Amino acid sequence: MSGRFTSHDYFQIDDLLSDDHLLARAAVRDWVTQQVSPIIEDYSNRAECPTHLFKGLAEIGAFGPSLPVEYGGGGMDEIGYGIIMQELERGDSGVRSMASVQGSLVMYPIFKYGSEAQKQKYLPALGSGSLVGCFGLTEPDHGSDPAAMETSIVKDGDAYLLHGSKMWITNAPIADVAVVWAKDERNKVVGILVERGTAGFSTPEIKGKWSLRASITGELVFEDVRIAKDQILPGVKGMKGPLSCLSKARYGIAWGAIGAALDCYDTALRYSLARKQFDRPIAGFQLTQKKLAEMITEITKAQLIAWRLGTLANAGKMTPAQISLAKRNNVLMALQVAREARQILGGMGIMQDYPIMRHLMNLETVITYEGTHDIHLLITGHDITGISAFS
Amino acid sequence: MKQLVCISSMPDTAAKISFTADQTHFNKEGVQYIMNPYDEWYALVRAVEMKEEHGGTITVCHVGTANNDTIIRKALAIGADEAVRVNKDPQDGYDVAVQIANVARDQEFDIIYTGKESIDYNAASVGAMLAELLDLPFISYANHMTYAHGKASVTREIEGGDEIVALPSPFILSASKGLAEQRIPNMRGIMMAKRKPLNVVEPVAVSQMARIVKYSTPPPREACEMIDPEDMDALVRKLAEEAKVI
Ligand SMILES: Cc1cc2nc3c(=O)[nH]c(=O)nc-3n(C[C@H](O)[C@H](O)[C@H](O)COP(=O)(O)OP(=O)(O)OC[C@H]3O[C@@H](n4cnc5c(N)ncnc54)[C@H](O)[C@@H]3O)c2cc1C
Repeated sequence: MSGRFTSHDYFQIDDLLSDDHLLARAAVRDWVTQQVSPIIEDYSNRAECPTHLFKGLAEIGAFGPSLPVEYGGGGMDEIGYGIIMQELERGDSGVRSMASVQGSLVMYPIFKYGSEAQKQKYLPALGSGSLVGCFGLTEPDHGSDPAAMETSIVKDGDAYLLHGSKMWITNAPIADVAVVWAKDERNKVVGILVERGTAGFSTPEIKGKWSLRASITGELVFEDVRIAKDQILPGVKGMKGPLSCLSKARYGIAWGAIGAALDCYDTALRYSLARKQFDRPIAGFQLTQKKLAEMITEITKAQLIAWRLGTLANAGKMTPAQISLAKRNNVLMALQVAREARQILGGMGIMQDYPIMRHLMNLETVITYEGTHDIHLLITGHDITGISAFS
Repeated sequence: MKQLVCISSMPDTAAKISFTADQTHFNKEGVQYIMNPYDEWYALVRAVEMKEEHGGTITVCHVGTANNDTIIRKALAIGADEAVRVNKDPQDGYDVAVQIANVARDQEFDIIYTGKESIDYNAASVGAMLAELLDLPFISYANHMTYAHGKASVTREIEGGDEIVALPSPFILSASKGLAEQRIPNMRGIMMAKRKPLNVVEPVAVSQMARIVKYSTPPPREACEMIDPEDMDALVRKLAEEAKVI
């Protein structure tokens, strides 16, 4: 068994956090230890989403923690939001995804671009977990190049018709409402709120994932779905809409990945101290120490990047390119820590008795979704050279 | 109704415990502090439930230095309305009781809660001393309480069973497991806690009545020895000759 998790703070970064941050972290850590850790291996194994956790996530305030309280958020700063994501992902990337999607990809665009009536109708219900949302941007033929999307919305009398399909959508099969991005007749991207039960709208599940197995994924299929004008988000036109949501979620992932890495590192450290070979703890061998020392070095760097990104976000100075750098660095870091940690456990490293293999498999999604590892590199490349390598 | 919950701080259960070289003081270096679980999970949460049912206010009182303000904030995040911190690193349980009595006197609290004991020094003494100082009835080890129209029925755990006590408020009780269930503070509570009052008051003078002469720790646990399951004879021999338990 993996025993009690101990967090690691090699550079005393906690000193840079406020009382609220520390309280929030302790609360979410307790919640994860009680509600997620005991069940997650089983749900992952059965590839089932622990949907009962939506209520609990809502109760602790994990949905949109940095949105204003009046709209179902928690009124925290961006570091508070990041810390919550970190603790959730210490439990499981799939559980963190439940919160990222609901808060940053569904509540955030409604809060930022919705009409007052849309905000009143959806935000409190999403914040309290009584409604589940999903975010539809990726399409079967357009992943890394979402601007080339084909899903379209055309005028039909006093309403509109939505046509097309979305792929790889987290929470799609269980969502009550979908935030869907589609092109209007003038080729401008608009955001649309589509409710479950609307004629022509279906959400088939995508089965057979070896990664993020405790998170449910599906398609959104629109066969001439009738959309009333008041279902369109009035506040945004163009790719800025979906990209601003992705910025918010990617920021959370830059923090979240550290949680998965810490869980793997902590498990490997404790195992290596207890496991004896050649009559001594394997932690005493130089090769094991190299692995552990490099892990904590990389974790510490990632913690500092996340913290600094948080202070920039709080000051309103964070750029999307900085988020790309942080997401790319921290997720690869977590994946590498998970791989090394898995090796330290030898044969035990592949077992469900320890969380490492699950984190390792999950992180293969995390390094792909919200912009692949390479796409984020190209964003940094574009930012520093001024030349886009995409096209 | 007006309720007071006394909260104390203690080393995190995962903290490494050591004492100063002369074995007279606990070594606080690098130790993380948490709220005493009996105060937090049972006393405070029961007070919050009572407030939800009967209305009124909850005050929390802590005797300690500003280092422990995070613990007070947590109590406010869980649902207390205001906090009083007596600004002193207390010398012992009697000191704590005198300081809290000084805060509580004349405030007409209906119920005052403590945890059944602190999980570090386990003295289980503050509640009883406080009751004496305030001249109030004291019910220890409460694991259930119902309350209506100023009258309480409190269940106490006793050896091999339960005892049920009826009494009118005001009174003091010490909370044990079962009185309520742990509540994890949510983000909104944490943010609201910032706006709730935390009043710092200076301590009154207290003369020390007893002094700690020395702490000692149990001998370190010896390493566990694995015995081949096929070799029962070796197991029996070791149990008989080395462990001397059979
Ligand atoms: C479990 C899961 C959940 C998801 N949840 C959601 C969701 O909720 N909502 C949503 O909208 N999407 C979601 N996604 C989709 C995710 O964002 C996409 O998978 C991702 O953007 C990559 O798109 P793709 O899979 O089509 O890969 P592709 O875009 O086909 O990329 C394939 C490979 O080509 C590389 N590549 C592409 N273009 C370039 C280039 N110009 N230069 C160099 N290399 C390039 C990529 O880096 C990648 O390695 C989810 C995905 C998964 C796996």
